Amino acid sequence: MAYFLQQLINGLTLGAVYGLIAIGYTMVYGIIGMINFAHGEIYMIGAFVTVISCVVLGLGGSGHAIGALLIVLLVSVLITSLYGWTVERVAYRRLRNSTRLAPLISAIGMSVLLQNYVQLLQGARVKTVAPVLQGAFELMKRDDGFVVSISYLQIIIVVLTMILMAAVTLLIHRTPLGRAQRACEQDKIMAALVGINVDRTISATFVIGAALAAVAGFMVTMYYGVVDFFMGFLAGMKAFTAAVLGGVGSLPGAMLGGIIIGLIESFWAGYVNAQYKDVAVFGILILVLLVRPNGLFGRPEIEKV
Amino acid sequence: MAVRLKDAFLTALVALILALPLAGARTIDGAEGLVVEWHLIDVGVAAVLVFFGRLLLDLVSDGYGAVIAPLALIAGIAAAYLPFPSQFLKTVTVGGSFVIAVRGLFVVWRRSGQAHVGMPVFMGVTKWTKNLTLLSALFFILALVFPLTPLASRYALDVATMVLTYVMLAWGLNVTVGYAGLLDLGYAGFYALGAYSYALLAQHFGIGFWIALPIAGILSAVTAFLLGLPVLRLRGDYFAIVTLGFGEIVRLVLINWTTLTGGPNGISDVPRPTLFGLEFAREASQGHKTFNDFFGIAFDPVQRVIFLYYLILFLALLVGWFSAKLRRLPIGRAWEAFREDEIACAAIGINRWKVKLTAYSLGAAVAGFAGCFFATRQGFISPESFTFTESATMLAIVILGGIGHPLGIVLAALFVVGMPELFRDLEQYRMLAFGAGMVLIMLWRPGGMMAVRRPTVQLAEGGVQISEHA
Repeated sequence: MAYFLQQLINGLTLGAVYGLIAIGYTMVYGIIGMINFAHGEIYMIGAFVTVISCVVLGLGGSGHAIGALLIVLLVSVLITSLYGWTVERVAYRRLRNSTRLAPLISAIGMSVLLQNYVQLLQGARVKTVAPVLQGAFELMKRDDGFVVSISYLQIIIVVLTMILMAAVTLLIHRTPLGRAQRACEQDKIMAALVGINVDRTISATFVIGAALAAVAGFMVTMYYGVVDFFMGFLAGMKAFTAAVLGGVGSLPGAMLGGIIIGLIESFWAGYVNAQYKDVAVFGILILVLLVRPNGLFGRPEIEKV
Repeated sequence: MAVRLKDAFLTALVALILALPLAGARTIDGAEGLVVEWHLIDVGVAAVLVFFGRLLLDLVSDGYGAVIAPLALIAGIAAAYLPFPSQFLKTVTVGGSFVIAVRGLFVVWRRSGQAHVGMPVFMGVTKWTKNLTLLSALFFILALVFPLTPLASRYALDVATMVLTYVMLAWGLNVTVGYAGLLDLGYAGFYALGAYSYALLAQHFGIGFWIALPIAGILSAVTAFLLGLPVLRLRGDYFAIVTLGFGEIVRLVLINWTTLTGGPNGISDVPRPTLFGLEFAREASQGHKTFNDFFGIAFDPVQRVIFLYYLILFLALLVGWFSAKLRRLPIGRAWEAFREDEIACAAIGINRWKVKLTAYSLGAAVAGFAGCFFATRQGFISPESFTFTESATMLAIVILGGIGHPLGIVLAALFVVGMPELFRDLEQYRMLAFGAGMVLIMLWRPGGMMAVRRPTVQLAEGGVQISEHA
């Protein structure tokens, strides 16, 4: 029971991170119907900017202000959002009316490009930053000394994710930008006719997705303390799986999908074996697509001629 | 002009902000954790270069391409040989110059009225079918006599063998991606299946190369069939992601199933192939003869390299010939029709699954054959050889070569595999250029460099006409 509880807590934390990344996939897919394959790399860049600004500000170790961490988060979000915007502007915008596969191939190229760009400039070795905000609440203690704990950081991750989720949901349903996004999702030409700036709306979608990925990158850097140029690939794949599981295009679906994937990974690693946890996630992706291609909350897609 | 300047300025500003943390502040391992090494001058100069780059690209679209392209080309070549304060700036300058040059040439060529949809870059419209045939024949003869020329050092032969392996793989992948329009991102998975099935069959059952070759192909095809059966009903991009997942699963299983596959250490001592039972070795093993004994010539290790070269040439040509023939069969026409419009095909009663499954399985079978050859050539295999990068390389060759064209693929394979061999010291920039190339080709020429999207059969005035350029 104690072990189960600990895995549950770890899985929820992991799932929150996947969910945040998954929102980027789901929003972009909803609005322009493409899989933004480079999104995992955007998350990786978010993590790298976090590490770099931590080092520049001299953070790391213990005894530093929360305020400094907020600055790091802000820098990471701003720079990463700009990356998200640039990727869309450079690699996808011109291909919006092209064949279905052209933007996907362009996205794969972008992903390879960003990975190698970071590798060349920052080096291929794993970067470690000293853990911050250590300390945890002890929840229960088993007789053999196994302690179930929830760290401050885990609480922050889950709470911050929940706040961001609420904010994005409000943004989509209550603001003019959200209305424009929903309009573009339904019909871009009609939206343009009623005076919506479609290009700007799509750019905004990419920026929001990138900002959330940056937060995820920040939290992962704080949580694990290790970053490398290849981290975006697996995380991106898992977040994509989460988005598909929840139903591509659905915000609560992405979050729920993320949590399910996080829990599966954590329990698989805890009870079955750690080596095959990634295989399990990919296996689930294939299974979900077979059994329920539209995901948990997705709408069936109608093929139009 | 003011608009252009403003545009260039904004681009440079964005580039400056983007590069500032990642290129300007490099984190390196210090005595106590990470420390920052500042490269602010690099970033500043790069931003200025981006300013001019953007301006020149704009001017190219305004019609000054004929002036700018040759200048950019010269600048690029000059920059490649001039000393630069840092490697980063050199890369930005050289890469940027070539991008501008290519863009300029492309725009000039298109404006001159030469370009038509579905025409290769290098040739005129009317003669191009005939020229392609000639060019193909020339390539064939060159490939055939290459080992006999003095150019063929052992190293050159090795590179040529590698290029041919990729040609074969890309021709196989072309059936899936080019003909049928199914984006397969896990092709290296089937390649790995082929390689490991031969290595394991040889290790445990002592099965030779020639028997393992068809087994490897069939195994890959059956795997593709079983995977494709449920997955192929998904929409195109979902299918692509599932194949990506499959490729990763294969690699992860190979790494983790140590009792069978040897894990990250791989399998060594994969047996070499024989020629009708003749071995290529100094000493024959029991019950065999060596090649040099049989023909009464002196032993030379190069004989085996030459043999491997002809073996892969034969296999690649077989695949090329077979896929070219398939394209003209009803199934080939169905693939092409599917690529163009799936719903229309379904509406006229073509079985979707059958069409997709055949294309996917046939592509996988070729990867299985190629994997088997790879294992026997290397003599050692490990999961390292079958990463996503490998799948991306094969896909890049197909796309660069022009989706659907066999000769374009040969040129693309020469370019993608051969070029990095020529510029060994630029090895680390290979993947960078690769990603950038993929994006740029999609932006400027979504059909690939030698795009043939013209259907093999089309309605002409007065009836059906079959054009003979498949």
